[in-house]
Amino acid sequence: MDTPFAITLGPGSSSVNRTGTWRTERPVYVDRLPPCNQACPAGENVQGWLYTAEEGDYQTAWRQLVAANPLPAVMGRVCYHPCETACNRAQLDHAVGINSVEEFLGDEAIRRGWVLPTPAPDTGKRVLVVGAGPSGLSAAYQLCLLGHHVEIRDSAARPGGMMRYAIPTFRLPRYVLDAEIDRILALGIDFRPNTPVEDLTAEHGFDAVFLAVGAQLAHRAYVPAAQSARILDALDLLGDTAAGQRPQLGRTVAVYGGGNTAMDAARTARRLGAEEAIIVYRRTRERMPANDIEVTDALEEGVRMKWLATVKHADVGVLTIERMELDEHGVPQPTGELEELQADSLVLALGQDVDHTLVDTLPGVRVEGGVVQVDEHMMTGHPGVFAGGDMVPSARSVTVAIGHGAAAARNIDAWLRGTVATPEPEREAATFERLNTWYYSDAPETVRPRLDAARRVSDFAEVTGKLDADTALYEARRCMSCGNCFGCDNCYGVCPDNAIVKVPTGHGYAIDLDYCKGCALCVTECPAGAIDMIPEPD
Amino acid sequence: MRRQLEGSRAIAETVACCRPGVIPAYPITPQTHIVEALGTMVRKGQLAPCRFLTVESEFAAMSAAIGASLTGSRAYTATSSQGLLYMTEAVFNAAGLGAPIVMTVANRAIGAPINIWNDQSDSMALRDSGWIQLHAPDNQAAADLHVLAFRLAEELSVPVMVCVDGFVLTHAFEPIDVPEQEIVDAVLPPYRPRQVLDPDDPVTIGAMVGPEAFTEVRYLADRRLRSAPPAFERIAAEFAEAVGAPQRRARCVQDYRATGADTVVVALGSVTGTLRDVVDSIDGVGVLTITMYRPFPAEEIRAVLVGARRIVVLERALAPGASGIVTSDVRSALAGLDVPVQTVIAGLGGRPIGAASLRELLARPGLEDVTFLDLREDVIDRELGRETVREPIAERDGEAAVESAGERAGA
Amino acid sequence: MPAQSVKFYQVGSRAVGNRLLDAELRTEQSSAERRNSITSGHRACQGCGEALGARYVLDTAERVTGGRLVTVNATGCLEVFSTPYPESAWQVPWLHSLFANTASVASGVAAALEAQGRTDVRVLAQGGDGGTVDIGFACLSGMFERGDDVLFVCYDNEAYMNTGVQRSGATPAYARTATTEAVGPIPGSRPGQGKDLPRIAMAHEIPYVATATVAELRDLEAKVERAMSMRGPRYLHVLVPCPLGWGSAPAETVHLARLAQRSGLFPVFEAEHGEVTSVLPIRDRIPVEEYLRPQRRYAHLFADPPRTDLIERIQQIADRNVARYHLDPHEIPHEEGA
Repeated sequence: MDTPFAITLGPGSSSVNRTGTWRTERPVYVDRLPPCNQACPAGENVQGWLYTAEEGDYQTAWRQLVAANPLPAVMGRVCYHPCETACNRAQLDHAVGINSVEEFLGDEAIRRGWVLPTPAPDTGKRVLVVGAGPSGLSAAYQLCLLGHHVEIRDSAARPGGMMRYAIPTFRLPRYVLDAEIDRILALGIDFRPNTPVEDLTAEHGFDAVFLAVGAQLAHRAYVPAAQSARILDALDLLGDTAAGQRPQLGRTVAVYGGGNTAMDAARTARRLGAEEAIIVYRRTRERMPANDIEVTDALEEGVRMKWLATVKHADVGVLTIERMELDEHGVPQPTGELEELQADSLVLALGQDVDHTLVDTLPGVRVEGGVVQVDEHMMTGHPGVFAGGDMVPSARSVTVAIGHGAAAARNIDAWLRGTVATPEPEREAATFERLNTWYYSDAPETVRPRLDAARRVSDFAEVTGKLDADTALYEARRCMSCGNCFGCDNCYGVCPDNAIVKVPTGHGYAIDLDYCKGCALCVTECPAGAIDMIPEPD
Repeated sequence: MRRQLEGSRAIAETVACCRPGVIPAYPITPQTHIVEALGTMVRKGQLAPCRFLTVESEFAAMSAAIGASLTGSRAYTATSSQGLLYMTEAVFNAAGLGAPIVMTVANRAIGAPINIWNDQSDSMALRDSGWIQLHAPDNQAAADLHVLAFRLAEELSVPVMVCVDGFVLTHAFEPIDVPEQEIVDAVLPPYRPRQVLDPDDPVTIGAMVGPEAFTEVRYLADRRLRSAPPAFERIAAEFAEAVGAPQRRARCVQDYRATGADTVVVALGSVTGTLRDVVDSIDGVGVLTITMYRPFPAEEIRAVLVGARRIVVLERALAPGASGIVTSDVRSALAGLDVPVQTVIAGLGGRPIGAASLRELLARPGLEDVTFLDLREDVIDRELGRETVREPIAERDGEAAVESAGERAGA
Repeated sequence: MPAQSVKFYQVGSRAVGNRLLDAELRTEQSSAERRNSITSGHRACQGCGEALGARYVLDTAERVTGGRLVTVNATGCLEVFSTPYPESAWQVPWLHSLFANTASVASGVAAALEAQGRTDVRVLAQGGDGGTVDIGFACLSGMFERGDDVLFVCYDNEAYMNTGVQRSGATPAYARTATTEAVGPIPGSRPGQGKDLPRIAMAHEIPYVATATVAELRDLEAKVERAMSMRGPRYLHVLVPCPLGWGSAPAETVHLARLAQRSGLFPVFEAEHGEVTSVLPIRDRIPVEEYLRPQRRYAHLFADPPRTDLIERIQQIADRNVARYHLDPHEIPHEEGA
């Protein structure tokens, strides 16, 4: 074309005009710490594995999951999911059902026989893990993957600790537990059952020790009782029941205590045939240490609650109860008002203590308040001896225990290498206010199906059902990817200057600073709050 | 073959032979017969392929012509008077964009007062719009000029206005030889636009040009326009040869006994015939007819007038307060020559230009610099007399505009 | 438990793209191969809604026509910021003639293509609200009634922004402009029905009329696609917030367009042959105040004392739109008669 001067121009010739010079601020992609990740005591990258699960790549999602937690099928059942409590989506409609997706992935792995990663080459280091509960297994797993030789010893006949001996089967079917533990041990861990460790000073040939013996001693509280009154410990009840026995409890059972063990004991009692199971607790529901999920489950199954009450005396078939009231500090105080409560048996669930005789002879180890003290690297005062789980100061849950195990493994590994584990760099929180929630579809949570209450009290079948592949996918896709790019293309689309380019790696996008005018539309329209504006460098 | 035809019909048939692709049309007297005829030909399939658009205004007509022209279709429209002024913005724009549109202007007076009859105020008002302006002295030329116009427009990528005196030519029946289709096809090759909207070559047409280049754009446009006279002469010669009629050869300026004459009357358009009759009977007087008024063929005019002792410019338009429009152009063409150039304003709003009046005028010994032909002195005297007895108008305070209208630029 | 079909995709169809969607279900704008009909280096203000809207519209039109598209552009911001010599931001064939004549030029282009038998090449004309509802209105109406095969797109930023924010026929009631200052008993633009061009276009009973905003990309793209599937005159009216003229933050452009729709002040619908055929329901309706407050052109309504009376009148306009177009998905159909 013989185009006239100036009036007619070539296509796209504006690209020589670098409008980036207009800018006073520039956008940058950020990786903020999502609340689920922040809240997870096991240190899972929840958002990360959900991201993969969203794409239906469950095996990869499971691999990301087991990088932190080798027991996802177990955790998907017993974790109290603080991640969901923290989830930003709760402020929009309902929290993402992270726990149910985790369970789905865990079960898929068992069903399909997915295998754990191959351990690193042998480092020649040997680590002794005392206790095959969640903390010990978690540490052993991580250490084994790092190439260390691990030996686990446990006093019990089978591995799993409290998961096996305290959690009722209607919450955690044992085939699930066995499958996940077997998979860990199959990595090449030397597991020694029925092998209590009594004197660590006598142990030789190990480069480090991780103690994870838990808190298995029922807390002793004196309850005046008639000789023939039927009184038993909750842990015994749960352990015997889990072992397949059916302890005789009578028609009416009182459970004394307000923790999760008390709830499990009361729910177990219902299943063992008790027509009435009554929780006796000295404070109010709000102050009960039991997790709300467990309290709700118990109530649904017909468990009764007697708040602000202590057991003054136990007789055959009847308890004497004293009514309490809370003082201004919230501490229950006796009122002197007594009443009787019919109960064929009394189950004591007043907490558990740590058996710390093991460390009493070990120089440097400090025990305070009944628990073993560790430093920020999870090491006791005795060099090379680390501890975690219920035996150290903690919130005492399976999830916390798994996190302890993993953290201990990192620290032990560093110690074995003569270094110090460096903590994860601090990341700013991905708060709800940073999200542009308009973009997320209206999507209420998928509730896992549950057995109805009538059937629940008749047998030990698992109460909570599972998501199927479709519903798991749906649930995963409810994740808002708070604080992290999830590839929605909004920034790429809303830029009036075409200054965002797609790149195959990293975040998937890059800012073309030649043309970005710094309008920040991409920041406003990022659903996840994953872009910040920063001042233009001088 | 000469046929007894109305001027408008002859123009329409000639335009049809030029195979326009798009004809946007809007009615206005005295142009209407041309587009009516073309519309009918399109309807009947006699002119095909062609789209005849009945647009809602002259502004739309010229705009649609711009769009069509820059999409690679030969575009034609016709208008008059108010219509031309109504499309003014687009007229300038077509030239600026270099769209080789051909438009017939059936010359008519501009209101107010509204007047549907002939003068050349309309095309004169747009003489500096960047178009080539051709003025037809008679209806045969009116027809022929359209062929030349399309060829010239497309060669130079400049729009061409063919000015035809309204009624005097457009509504006159006379024997006219409409060029044969084969002849037109031989003279006028298919339209090959200089620039075109095309998905395969997606250029930006109509950019905004600032002070850094606007002067150059204008300089180049001026230079291009100035190349029109020789091109026109060449094309006209080619056409005359094709039709086998040397007397139909158009020229930028037509010299009728003007070279060497004492007095030369300069005129545009249909008055030429009358003038030639008049000077036939007066010794030493010739006629110079300007066919190409824009670009102004100053060289050619000077060459004819250089020996004259008196120039009389017959104007069919008035520049109020400045008298003769063509006079100014002629004067500048004669710069340095000591020759009086007198203006005669004639034929405004359809007043006939009689041979007797012209003869009397040319015989008048001391012709004033500006003369209004056949001015009704009694009316003028009476009206001037009425004005002198009126009170002088008291100075009034200008009232501030209540609300200014939005400027003409984009939202 | 009832099977829940997987129709849900995290951000569903609201975001520009979605890695979880099949490629053919994603927006044109999410594509790495999108045309970028108006490309980088243009001189639009930061956060310009019109630059965004034009790319949204043209990229889709380019895709659905297979690149057989030519465009005509009115004088205005879009023209000025995209084509200052010697640089053009356009990658599509583009013609600018004048301010008022865009529709007529496009008519001529369409006529030429038809005369040449090149009906595979489609014509899209575009301009701002001034070039559409005011100075270009006569030409547009003519294009409509003649049935010319042109899609005309109006990018409505509700005033003459290029000349410094003067009132147009599309300026909403009480909005401050440079020619309707926020002073006097009735501050800002005079109230009235304004020039509701979508409805005027519908009165021409042309094949297709639609409204859209830059906040609902998928809706906008679908409308361009629908429009380009038809022949004859079609009209698309796109709300494009203007940070300069509205007195809003450049980063808020898309957000404000969304609020305009959610408030009911800008009804989003489509109509064929003069009848409304679908509306974009308001997902989460907001009071108009929420839309007005972030814009400096309405600041006088929130001064001390606030003009709650005028805000209420704007609310009534929104309510009327919601009722007229049935924008509220929770609305119970009203029984007429008896």
